[in-house]
Amino acid sequence: MEEPLLKVNELKKWFPVRTGFVKSMVGGEKLFVKAVDGISFDINAREIYGLAGESGSGKTTTGRLILKLIEPTAGKILFKDKDITNLKPKEFKSYRRKMQIIFQDPYESLNPRMTIGSIISEPLHVQKACKNEREVQEKVAAALDEVQLTPPEEFISRFPHEVSGGQRQRIAVARALVLKPDFIVADEPVSMLDVSIRAEVLNLMVELMEKHNVAFLYVTHDLALARHLCNRLAVMYLGKIMERGYTEDIIYEPMHPYTRALMAAVPVPDPESKRAEVVIKGEIPSPINPPSGCRFHTRCPQYIGDICRITEPKLTNVGKDRYVACHLYSEKT
Amino acid sequence: MLTLKVEDLRTYYKIQRGYVKAVDGVSFGVEKGQALGLVGESGCGKTTIATSLIRVLASNAMIVGGHILFKDLDIVKLTEAELKEEVRWKGISLVFQGAMNAMNPVIKVSDQIIEAIQLHEPNVEKQEALERAGKLFQLVGIDPSRLEHYAFEFSGGMRQRAMIAMALSCNPEIMIADEPSTALDVIVQAQVLQLLRQLKERLNLSLIIISHDLSIIAETCERAAVMYGGKFAETGDIYAVFKNPLHPYTQGLLGAFPGVKAPKTRLISIPGSPPDLLNAPVGCKFAERCKFAMPICRDFDPDLIEVEKDHWVACHLHNKK
Repeated sequence: MEEPLLKVNELKKWFPVRTGFVKSMVGGEKLFVKAVDGISFDINAREIYGLAGESGSGKTTTGRLILKLIEPTAGKILFKDKDITNLKPKEFKSYRRKMQIIFQDPYESLNPRMTIGSIISEPLHVQKACKNEREVQEKVAAALDEVQLTPPEEFISRFPHEVSGGQRQRIAVARALVLKPDFIVADEPVSMLDVSIRAEVLNLMVELMEKHNVAFLYVTHDLALARHLCNRLAVMYLGKIMERGYTEDIIYEPMHPYTRALMAAVPVPDPESKRAEVVIKGEIPSPINPPSGCRFHTRCPQYIGDICRITEPKLTNVGKDRYVACHLYSEKT
Repeated sequence: MLTLKVEDLRTYYKIQRGYVKAVDGVSFGVEKGQALGLVGESGCGKTTIATSLIRVLASNAMIVGGHILFKDLDIVKLTEAELKEEVRWKGISLVFQGAMNAMNPVIKVSDQIIEAIQLHEPNVEKQEALERAGKLFQLVGIDPSRLEHYAFEFSGGMRQRAMIAMALSCNPEIMIADEPSTALDVIVQAQVLQLLRQLKERLNLSLIIISHDLSIIAETCERAAVMYGGKFAETGDIYAVFKNPLHPYTQGLLGAFPGVKAPKTRLISIPGSPPDLLNAPVGCKFAERCKFAMPICRDFDPDLIEVEKDHWVACHLHNKK
């Protein structure tokens, strides 16, 4: 079997909570926001891998950790079998060419004072990827062509505010694409876009994956979109992966009570579908002091007793590439 | 029985370069105890309808035509004093988009609700208002003891519930909810939608729910209206609109909005972007993005006609004449 393109092993990111001066002198327990708290998964080349979860589950932090936009607290990130976790920025620079990101909000991620041409060519200049200006222009035009902003000449000298939201996000895709990366983190790339133009960005991702073998980590809160886009999926809750496996399996047979609750809560654009009662009460607890044992036990409708409260369930293999972290499925302990 | 009837409503915004026709000839009715869903993309005029209904428009906006008939009043013609006396909050209340983030952080939630009650019903004593607030909190599923807390101590979902409680505080017949669940997480969103359905039944409340999300409308409403460029593209019974969409725009929207368990398909996008309502095209506003566009579409704006019982479409494809 082919080696995965990217491997993430027990990755952690704890953000220290700022306390006042006096408190820090007096001492006492140091508090952390455990945004990502020991997660493992791998992404193959030519795959769109979904990372789904509610706000505060740590999915965006995970995306940024992989690209080393923030430094991990612990754990390992392997890209093409090379450990990139502790590379210095200078050493990491050559990897940036292979790993790119598309941010959530195309209204904020594009510099309003740069032309579209200079936005897309900036990575080329930073990476010194071209011999001369002509090559730069050719690559920019090719990238624009790739994201169907044609004819490229018409867009190169315009500014982001002159184009629509969907086109902006395609510019962001072109910027990520121009260095011919192998891996792109797409952080909620369509959540700011109108419904009718979402599909054009998402379908573009699928095309890039098929045509150029680009792998994506698709970070999303929308299970419906994840289901139509992703090959495999991991569901996160409070910094932990609750369940992961093939998207089809998870959608049709969710095993973890949290995944089930999520699936039941996703609204369906069909007035005939039956509406399940919402069984989950309350909202996601604070990641500063996450619940002991299983993090979901405070809201779990299938709470089976002290074990859930005391022991943290391990992510256990329960089928073909299917992992669930829940005592309902763990070996008898 | 219709609680509210809107006829040919037109609301324009005046800007330096002319008039933006945000709502341009919209008619609908709201049945007692039923929910109407207004769905459409940003800039199609959904929120302008909401603010027109209780006349809390921006200073450069004006209702230039049409009628809003509520009880035996025409809201378009009322004076400010009459509006306050008869309509706002007591007749029709509005939960603004993102209102849950607009609560005053330094005033207790109870005082904010009491203020809303006493503003519209000056005869109500503070104690009575507080009791009413407690009952409302129970109704929307928050422990009344939380009344004495501040908004920042509430979670997002609780704040939205509190806003709904506030909107119900003067016993309105109609509540308008503008994007009631955007910015909420999936599970909390499902809780809020369930609350809206319960309120509709328990209080025989009429709802107008505004959303860009078709699935939210499908989950809560009996009727739906799909808006495009300040007009209704299609409206009718929820089953008719969702199960037999006739307008190419509705079809496109439904194609762009996959069900989570629907067969895996390539998502459909509608190329192009919404029309500029300042210089709207002469014919059908959707013509330039429509794959079925015919010459007539660019010249004449189609009327909203009833193609089958309680199913109205504004499209030349379905105009038999």
